[in-house]
Amino acid sequence: MKTIYFDHIAGNPLDPRVKEAMLPYLTDIFGNPQSMHSFGEQTREAIDEARAQVAQLINASSEELFFTASGTESNNFALKGLALANQSKGKHIVVSAIEHQSILHSAKFLEKLGFKISHVGVDKYGIVSRDELARQLTDETTLVSIMLANSEVGTIEPIAGLTGLVKEKGILFHCDAVAAVGNIPVDVNELRIDALSMAANQFYGPSGAAALYVRKGVRILPLLDGGIQEEGRRAGTENVPVIVGMGKAARLAWEEMPKRSEYLRSLRDSLIKELTNKIDYLYFTGHPENRLPHHASFCVEFIEGEAMLLSLSMEGMAVSSGSACTSRALKASHVLKAIGVGDALAQGSIVFSLGMSNAKKDIEYLTGAFPAIIDRLRKMSPLYTKHIQKKGDK
Amino acid sequence: MQYSETVMDHFRSPRNVGVIEDADGVGEEGNPVCGDMMTFYIKVKDNRLEDVKFQTFGCGAAIAVSSMVSEMAKGKTLDEALKITNKSVAEHLGGLPKNKMHCSNLGADALHKAIEDYRNKQKSKEEKPPARLDKEGGQCKCPYCGEAMDCQLGSQHSCKVVLKECPACKKPMRSDAEKCPNCG
Repeated sequence: MKTIYFDHIAGNPLDPRVKEAMLPYLTDIFGNPQSMHSFGEQTREAIDEARAQVAQLINASSEELFFTASGTESNNFALKGLALANQSKGKHIVVSAIEHQSILHSAKFLEKLGFKISHVGVDKYGIVSRDELARQLTDETTLVSIMLANSEVGTIEPIAGLTGLVKEKGILFHCDAVAAVGNIPVDVNELRIDALSMAANQFYGPSGAAALYVRKGVRILPLLDGGIQEEGRRAGTENVPVIVGMGKAARLAWEEMPKRSEYLRSLRDSLIKELTNKIDYLYFTGHPENRLPHHASFCVEFIEGEAMLLSLSMEGMAVSSGSACTSRALKASHVLKAIGVGDALAQGSIVFSLGMSNAKKDIEYLTGAFPAIIDRLRKMSPLYTKHIQKKGDK
Repeated sequence: MQYSETVMDHFRSPRNVGVIEDADGVGEEGNPVCGDMMTFYIKVKDNRLEDVKFQTFGCGAAIAVSSMVSEMAKGKTLDEALKITNKSVAEHLGGLPKNKMHCSNLGADALHKAIEDYRNKQKSKEEKPPARLDKEGGQCKCPYCGEAMDCQLGSQHSCKVVLKECPACKKPMRSDAEKCPNCG
């Protein structure tokens, strides 16, 4: 059976060129970068090059980048490391209501240590409220963490419009840009960000490679103590192959971004148009324009996301959903709740995230098959039957 | 795949999906807010489940559970059907993922509610035996206009006459009439 992958937000396939760049470091080149001999020198140089490549992608300098093992680690590092390093100045942190769990749960951890956490709300598109953020900042606030792009609804936050407000009060700004970096242009100086999280598997690099940017002069405590790797900010022997892969993937993303985003945007727009035309009671989620170029998200009324996901999977298509049943925790997406989607409608969440391996015919295959799947599930649904009866009664 | 082959089979081709328009009992369990909701419809004849149909809003497990329940219940006596448990349904499906055992495994509960609904209806029928209208050819007819009508009294029908039971002869009469046309 033909299989089509529409879940790039969960993880990208490895670009073959990235794989080629990594291979020598999985086989012949193995020295510990901290070793003083020639074997160590080889891998040390490889890491330096990768660091420069990743820095270029976000217009940072090499010494401001620290490699980690996942976007989640970068977010933990940023939130806990910045909060703890600056706790003498205050113990109040503001995060948005639609942050990734790695931010929200890190914030909860800090709460247990005596920090006060505020959550700033969003509008129906998922855009953070600037006024509410302004109201929440106090003399005790040391850190604000707001994401650049949301993986569930695709919305891109107007970060540049928020950082000024935060910076003028001397508060640090961390941005979880895991879903954004490599997909849209990101410039840490233009955005005036103090710290930023990113991960390689969002731009065709390997899983297990990620980074945290920390602006020069900003104090942060490490999560992992040990040796002097990553300038003592992240101890532990470097994972050289994936770091090399992240560097190569960053380089390719930097070179090819305009071409990629134009291609993905056109596929994405035809997907949205076709599905909107063909399916009733389909609600688009997230911002219609300010969104990731490869991202389309909806809520389908009267049916449940996991049933859609399974049905699509039986026809070879891989997608994701924010429904309660799809999550292992069995809770509907906090993001959909924050943007005001009702509890029942949120169960019909479905997210398509496209990638460079997708072709026009894949979108046609999807938009051909999906309406029939929805139809089948709706015929089974007591909610749909009730709705039709109600409509008939009027 | 986290689901057993049996679950996937019932999800792919669920048995007995649908609505029974003149169901003898209807049972609903779950809540769309939690992600799963099931409605069971039953037809009862001689104390047996002659027909069982369901509709389900929910995940793959919820759909497979409903389908399995309908299959297990069909043809059983009401008491036998009441012995079907959520646990035995999961066993028949070759197991369910641990986190689905609670929320999606509501099929037996919904079926039991349908049976309860049927029994309650039976009970209320027994408690208030309705005044019968004269049946002609198996069909009740209005004594005023001759039109076919529901055998139940008290409801208005097409000729706008509401019938009641005559306190003397127990035969149906106009609710607004002063004299019973049968006994006077």
